[in-house]
Amino acid sequence: MRGITLMLGLTLSIALAPSAQARDKIQMVGSSTVYPFATTVAEHFGKSTNFKTPVVESTGTGGGLKLFCAGTEDNTPDITNASRAIKASEVEMCKANGVTNIVEVKIGYDGIVVANSRKADRLNLSRKDLYLALAKDIPTEGGSWIPNPNKTWKDVNPSLPNRKIEVFGPPPTSGTRDAFVELAMEGGCKKFDFVAALKKSDKNQYKSRCHTVREDGAYIEAGENDNLIVQKLVANPKALGIFGFSFLDQNADKIQGSLVDGEEPVFEKISDGSYPVSRPLFFYVKAAHVGQVPGIKEFLAEFTSEAAWGPEGYLTDKGLIPMPDTERASWAKNARDLGSM
Amino acid sequence: MSETSLTSSGVGLRIAAGLKKRYRAEKRMRAYGLTAILLALTSLAVLMVFVVATGWTAFQQTIIQLEISLDESAIDPEGTRDEATLRRADYQGLIRNSLRDLFPDAVSRQDKRLLYKLISTGAQYELRDQVVMDPRLIGSVQTLWVLGSSDADMWQKGKLGSETVDGVGRLNAQQVQWLQFLREKNLILTQFNKAFFSNGDSREPEMAGIWGAAVGAFLSLSVTLILSFPLGVLTAVYLEELAPKNRWTRLIEVSINNLAAVPSIIFGLLGLAVFLNFFGFPRSSPLVGGMVLSLMTLPTIVIAARASLQSVPPSIREAALGIGASPVQVIFHHVVPLALPGMLTGTIIGLAQALGETAPLLMIGMLAFIADVPQGLFDSAATLPVQVYLWADSAERGFVEKTGAAIMVLLAFLVAMNGIAVYIRHKFERKW
Repeated sequence: MRGITLMLGLTLSIALAPSAQARDKIQMVGSSTVYPFATTVAEHFGKSTNFKTPVVESTGTGGGLKLFCAGTEDNTPDITNASRAIKASEVEMCKANGVTNIVEVKIGYDGIVVANSRKADRLNLSRKDLYLALAKDIPTEGGSWIPNPNKTWKDVNPSLPNRKIEVFGPPPTSGTRDAFVELAMEGGCKKFDFVAALKKSDKNQYKSRCHTVREDGAYIEAGENDNLIVQKLVANPKALGIFGFSFLDQNADKIQGSLVDGEEPVFEKISDGSYPVSRPLFFYVKAAHVGQVPGIKEFLAEFTSEAAWGPEGYLTDKGLIPMPDTERASWAKNARDLGSM
Repeated sequence: MSETSLTSSGVGLRIAAGLKKRYRAEKRMRAYGLTAILLALTSLAVLMVFVVATGWTAFQQTIIQLEISLDESAIDPEGTRDEATLRRADYQGLIRNSLRDLFPDAVSRQDKRLLYKLISTGAQYELRDQVVMDPRLIGSVQTLWVLGSSDADMWQKGKLGSETVDGVGRLNAQQVQWLQFLREKNLILTQFNKAFFSNGDSREPEMAGIWGAAVGAFLSLSVTLILSFPLGVLTAVYLEELAPKNRWTRLIEVSINNLAAVPSIIFGLLGLAVFLNFFGFPRSSPLVGGMVLSLMTLPTIVIAARASLQSVPPSIREAALGIGASPVQVIFHHVVPLALPGMLTGTIIGLAQALGETAPLLMIGMLAFIADVPQGLFDSAATLPVQVYLWADSAERGFVEKTGAAIMVLLAFLVAMNGIAVYIRHKFERKW
């Protein structure tokens, strides 16, 4: 009996214990693409300084900004990672909750690759090929739209092999998918003159035509786990897969990246911008928390140091494509001065 | 009636035919059952073999022997032996110097970079800690085993497949040649990976460990136990022994049974709304994790506790009442102690279920990169299944084996907990 009373007391005291403790470690949320880079910096920061290792959650870009913009209280995150720039609507949402002072830091680029097994031959695709293979409706010569009739890569472009179109890719909730659709498919879509004209006359229709991926089984949503896509490609040499450059980099013995518009997806080509399917990566800092949560300034210094994001820094090992020297210098200065957006 | 006359008569024929059919049906039924069990066992065996085959190499780590000269001028030029100075020194530089001495053929910038990639980025911190602990090492040349990088580790374990002229995996031909040289000189070998059981999470597969997640799981489950066991047992005792049987108690019973079937992610959402947003408890903390998991295990415990209270024979209660015990005395001196083994079994099984849960923790921020081993209930923590998920999702090749190993650790915990439950049941259970 006494044991039970004691336990009950303990229960209550835990349940009602005061929780208002000042946080002693940085809290980061946001994009799963930036996650490997942010965690690497966090770990180096934790090991080389006396600050605690920041906690990094992978919530997706949109989800991260939602948490970030929820307010300036102690239990909201200090930094959010993003695989695209913050939208005007999100800045508004932040402002409505009192988060007015946001520091933007661009950290580098990520390439999106279209890869297949090394057992098959490497493809040379154009963005137009990708669009014609994966769009739901495609334009005809006459300027009308028909449901995508292409079954094999040869249907798309006579110079490609006679192989069934089978592409494993991320689901619509993924930032990688957004970027692929925007950079590769839209890039191929607007090669048609009347579609380019449509962009000016009816932007909504242009977007839905260029951004809608086919749903008849040729594009297979393979979930957010890119390792799974790599495994499926190894098992099925006829298929292609879409994912971030770092997974190609890590599995270079099993898979190869297709050429897009004649460019190979290698470090140098993505870095100088000649590989067409690449996107910038960012993180956003809540300036109101600088000084409240210990170590934010020092963490920014670590992230923007040459040892981390420079061309020979440890982040390049994780697949980050660094920015050119001048751009790095200016973003590093912005981070140092906490220059608000 | 003899057998021949039975089978020859019309009725007898019908019976005999029917009998055969029934025997056949019974045989079929047995065959179905056996097939089902065999199928289940095969899938289990395949799963286990796959997990162990991928994961067992994670219990080994690759180390490389280097002769590192710990120059005083590089570490502590002023000779103060002050700890802060010692911590700040460039140990990576020292390791790189010794690598260059070992392989003088790496001259160009590019070659040197490739050479440095054979050693883990964590090696410098190990060296630092060694020097800080024993400053007398400064000024001497030490032969030390340092941690190899994940790529070197994968090569040493033969996980990269066949080599081509361009090298293998992420290693190029030059790097493979260096590793070959180390292997010939016996300067590279694998040893038991103690770090896997003592480190927290890391971005570098060779340094990643399960200890942080194990401590996080322990803290969360402690909170779950402290909250849900007393609450669950008291609820069961009240409902079973004290409550009047009316429409309200029946409604509560039905609700508890329904709660046991609610998908766990919903408890996570509840935790997010109530514990984090309303009470303002710290995100990612084992306290909140444990509270959410106890919401999930409470119905299981209540149901198990009620079942074991029901199995205590009424004669015990009547006898105790008969010799003058008060109802509360009957409950706490006689009924509850007799029902306790069943209650404990139910609790342990509920906790084992909670140990394997990730969905509700996702909502409260425990699905996160947490490198430090948690220090308390308010610190950030992950749990074992969360660690499995995070590693399975990582690009680095070295995490494949870590995922397998983490699954093995998780399964070992589950088997141990279920074993304890079986033991308690056998040891203390009383049959009437």
